[in-house]
Amino acid sequence: MRYVTLTIDGKKAVVPASYTILQAAEEVGIEIPALCYDPDLEIVGACRLCLVEIEGNPKLHTSCSMAVTDGMVVHTESEKVVHARKMVLQLLLDNHPNDCLTCQKAGECLLQKYAYMYDVKFREHDGAYKPEYTDTSSPYILKDEAKCILCHKCVRICEQVADRQVLTFANRGFETKVAFDADMSIEESSCVSCNRCVTICPVGALLDKRLMGKTRIWDGEVTEFKCKSCEYGCDFEVLSKNGKNVAVRAKSPGEGRPLCLKGRLTSEFLNLDDPETPYIKEDGKFIEASWEKALEIEGILDKLDKMDSKDAEQC
Amino acid sequence: MTNSISEVVDNDVIFVIGTNTTENHPVIGTQIKRAKAKGAKLIVAEPRRIELAEEADVFLQIKPGSNIALLNGMLNYIIENDLHDKEYIAERTENFEELKESVKSYTLERVAEICDVDKDDIAKAARMYAESDRAGIYYAMGITQHRTGTHNVIATSNLALACGNIGREFTGVNPLRGQNNVQGACDMGGLPADYSGYQKVFNEDVAQKFEKAWGVENLPREGGLTIPDMLDAIGDGSLRFLYIMGENPMVSDPDINHVKHALESIDFLVVQDIFLTETAELADVVLPAASFAEKDGTFTNTERRVQRVRKAIEPVGDSKPDWVILMEIMRRLGYDKFYKDPSKIMEEIASVTPQYGGISYERLENGGLQWPCPTKDHPGTKYLHKEKIARGKGLFHPVEHIGSAETKDEEYPFILTTGRILYHYHTRSMTGREEGLNKIAPSSFIEINKCTADKLGFKDGETIKVSSRRGSVDVVVKVTDIIDEDVVFMPFHYACGAANYLTGAALDPISKIPEYKVSAVKLEKVG
Amino acid sequence: MVKIEINDVTYDVPEDFTVLQACEQAGIDIPTLCNDDRLVAHAACRMCLVEVEGMRNLMTACSLKVSDGMKVKTHTPKVIEARRSVLDLLMSNHPNDCLTCEKSGECKLQDYCYEYGVERGSFVGERRDLPPDESNEFYDYDRNKCILCGRCVRVCEELQCTHALTIDNRGFGALADTPFRAGRAESTCVSCGNCVAVCPVGALLPKREKRIRAWDTKKVKTTCTYCGVGCQLELITHKGKVIGSKPVEQGEPNHGLLCVKGSYATDFINHEERLKTPLIRRNGVLEEASWNAAFDLIVSKIKETKEKYGSNSLGGFTSARCTNEDNYLFQKLFRAVIGTNNVDHCARL
Repeated sequence: MRYVTLTIDGKKAVVPASYTILQAAEEVGIEIPALCYDPDLEIVGACRLCLVEIEGNPKLHTSCSMAVTDGMVVHTESEKVVHARKMVLQLLLDNHPNDCLTCQKAGECLLQKYAYMYDVKFREHDGAYKPEYTDTSSPYILKDEAKCILCHKCVRICEQVADRQVLTFANRGFETKVAFDADMSIEESSCVSCNRCVTICPVGALLDKRLMGKTRIWDGEVTEFKCKSCEYGCDFEVLSKNGKNVAVRAKSPGEGRPLCLKGRLTSEFLNLDDPETPYIKEDGKFIEASWEKALEIEGILDKLDKMDSKDAEQC
Repeated sequence: MTNSISEVVDNDVIFVIGTNTTENHPVIGTQIKRAKAKGAKLIVAEPRRIELAEEADVFLQIKPGSNIALLNGMLNYIIENDLHDKEYIAERTENFEELKESVKSYTLERVAEICDVDKDDIAKAARMYAESDRAGIYYAMGITQHRTGTHNVIATSNLALACGNIGREFTGVNPLRGQNNVQGACDMGGLPADYSGYQKVFNEDVAQKFEKAWGVENLPREGGLTIPDMLDAIGDGSLRFLYIMGENPMVSDPDINHVKHALESIDFLVVQDIFLTETAELADVVLPAASFAEKDGTFTNTERRVQRVRKAIEPVGDSKPDWVILMEIMRRLGYDKFYKDPSKIMEEIASVTPQYGGISYERLENGGLQWPCPTKDHPGTKYLHKEKIARGKGLFHPVEHIGSAETKDEEYPFILTTGRILYHYHTRSMTGREEGLNKIAPSSFIEINKCTADKLGFKDGETIKVSSRRGSVDVVVKVTDIIDEDVVFMPFHYACGAANYLTGAALDPISKIPEYKVSAVKLEKVG
Repeated sequence: MVKIEINDVTYDVPEDFTVLQACEQAGIDIPTLCNDDRLVAHAACRMCLVEVEGMRNLMTACSLKVSDGMKVKTHTPKVIEARRSVLDLLMSNHPNDCLTCEKSGECKLQDYCYEYGVERGSFVGERRDLPPDESNEFYDYDRNKCILCGRCVRVCEELQCTHALTIDNRGFGALADTPFRAGRAESTCVSCGNCVAVCPVGALLPKREKRIRAWDTKKVKTTCTYCGVGCQLELITHKGKVIGSKPVEQGEPNHGLLCVKGSYATDFINHEERLKTPLIRRNGVLEEASWNAAFDLIVSKIKETKEKYGSNSLGGFTSARCTNEDNYLFQKLFRAVIGTNNVDHCARL
């Protein structure tokens, strides 16, 4: 592997030539803010927050997409960079509801994190706002369009699973939005409620609906665990408040697994003190289901029952 | 403290002597004020009109060094007026008659003159204290830091015993200890004649017990040297090696010139601290210690409550917790005892220290325990001497006023007394690194009465020279009306303009405590 | 003891309990912004309203004493509506800036708005617009965020007994402040920080060198390192550094109070001048050295001195600043290993 040497904020970094500036910065302990970047997703350079200044280069560049070169001198927090980032954040806030008071995402929201970091606040303006539309048709996912920052992360993570590919972009320009299939409701769409999109949304646009109103990140404890539904073990979290396990949520897919609803429900059933009624989709409708049905163990239970009664007879 | 901090708010009478509580033990200060707000009577005896004096029912602005006279005078008045607790005295004390005789000469008139206060105020205070069922005495270094320090303490205890105020809730003789773990350091055997739990080194049974517990032979049976003795022993060449852990005698000890001379002349000096203190600068080896935030352990507070210290962050740099350093030195000296963590040390402490016998980290997890706590199921002790006085009967021990080693004279016409202020702690190695505190209290000062300042032509904020028989310092004048015309006050925190260049006239022969509270000084314009 | 029915379940509670205390004992969470068990009930915030059978109005649980046979409902639609109105009114005169507010994540107003689904203040009208008081060295007062719960005033008055604060002015103009709004620096304030510790919202906040979100910090309960009172406090840490402290809310010996040193003097812990490596004096100068070299030198000096001049030619000052365990090992080192009782510390200073 070929290595190159570059300087980032005065620190010398020696990294493989295939690295981006953002990766190189990470390597030397420098965090560059980014909303649309994720190491597991295709790079799109959409959010413009990871802009950095490269000496000898008049323009700012997105560090997530720019490859390192030998002798490169990068500044990640120069006045020019900070100014640009503040502008990006301000524009995002200008078209985002001032909602941290009650937003479920507060405390884990990247927009909130970076706005705080660069001290950018909401401001009054008479320009256009996105229409307020929330899709509440699914018991598992809530889509709040007004909060979407168009980072593409949800679309890209959904695309990774060949037989899903539910999420896509609809419309153009100011009207651009994330849609389920041909802009259907989540319920009508082919969405399987795996919550991959929820795990990656940096803001409060896609939320785990079964979490809402129960607890926020600072209220209690978060404990990671592996799903026991199949041997791959996707990563889940159980959230507890006042010593009670109140919610389970998907964190990230396990190696070679996509995350699934059955796993999520199994995890809820096993971990929660008081699990909520499960729902399953039948003919494009969410219907209440028994746990036996939701966990697809009706046949097994019936058989066990039969065997039990047989045993009893034999005794 | 014989009693507990939580009892303060329920006292009917609070007798504060030799403590500027709101500045030195602020949270106990709030409780005294709360008790006062609830209706308690407050007696304050202090050379300065401190914050609590403003709220006092009786304020006795006594001369530094006149504590015994005041306490004996109050006692005499109480006995003469038949206010003492005869039943208690008969049942639980001994030697009362001798005491009664000894205080007879402390008439109100005589005491008023020694203390320079109104005799009616002394009578009022005495009556107030004696007539209450819930009267607590609270004192600090204003009582102990005199050449008669031990006797001063005995005088407070005589007063409390005579009024039946020991061994009951909401009463007691309550020293407020100045440093976070000064109680614990004493409890743990950080004294020349005591193993942990005040077990005497010269007691054969004790020595054998420790030899067995520690797996060693020939533990020394004779008491060791105190700090002042060690400093003197350096001078005569009998002490060659000194190991100082977490102390800064170059600011805190009396007569700094003497300390400096000793530390500079010793063969080998090890200093273990969190900063390069004035003392560490003189060392041959300096060891970087972890701060309280970086280690597990326990502190014992002024009410004997053993409480957990918990590690919040990793040790800074290459520093190590003190116990780790000590364990390694012991190992290298051939004593190979390994403690996995401080809880294991506490197990050993509990096994050899009766008062700590029932203390373990497991029990401390849910809050502190007050010793004596001899067994695993003992709940701890809120106040001492409940059933009976620890030694059997409370002993009245007559003590006499002898005054301070130095008094003002023509050459040194003022009495300097020293103390602490709210915004700094000890030698400022910690608080001196807090910007906000330094803004509020940036440098040393000397409090001088306005009349005195006018007479000598000193202005507020002017730097003057203060000298005693031991040294002199330049310090800024703070003109005030809270102090008598012939008394001046300096905080001891500051290395620059350190009050302790001036102190050190004498030691209490019993406790070896220096007489910080009384030094004769003169005040002069600079240059 | 009296019998009281809360949400159709009967409980036995001490007769001097308030309804709030009875609910607490029963494990029922009643919201409150102004209540503090250490203080006289104030009934200012109206969040703890409950329905009591036979009483025409909703009652404040914090100030209502229990009585035998009392029937209380804590979460009826009427109660919830009342609580929502209270929050709505508060938010109508409160900056909506959780995005960057330093209190976010520890703010009771924010938490209750989340719990009761009050997204913003719906009343349009005058809002308080006053300059902050930043005159104290250790903390700031954002007057526009005050919700008039009065906890700061009452803690200063009833517990700290410093009387630096008051509710200044009346009606819409009312504000928890120093008399005549002269500012903290001009008041009798002793910077104990006890008002800051009880403020439920972002009105009173410690000054911090670096801005750090509450949810990114950790808290560790420990004992204060200053005077002998032994106050219980929490050290607040972020990325392995101590950034501040606050009192443990309840329990002996300090019951949630601290002084200026306990509240604000933690900068020394991560101060750049901390000793980070052993130093050995070479040619008159202290130079950095390894632990191994330092230990070797000390141990050889101990052995040499002991051999030449005897055990009693060695001595040690142990420390009232160190832990019991440190002190115990120090005296053990001198007594058991070196063989002298020359151990003392600054008990007398």
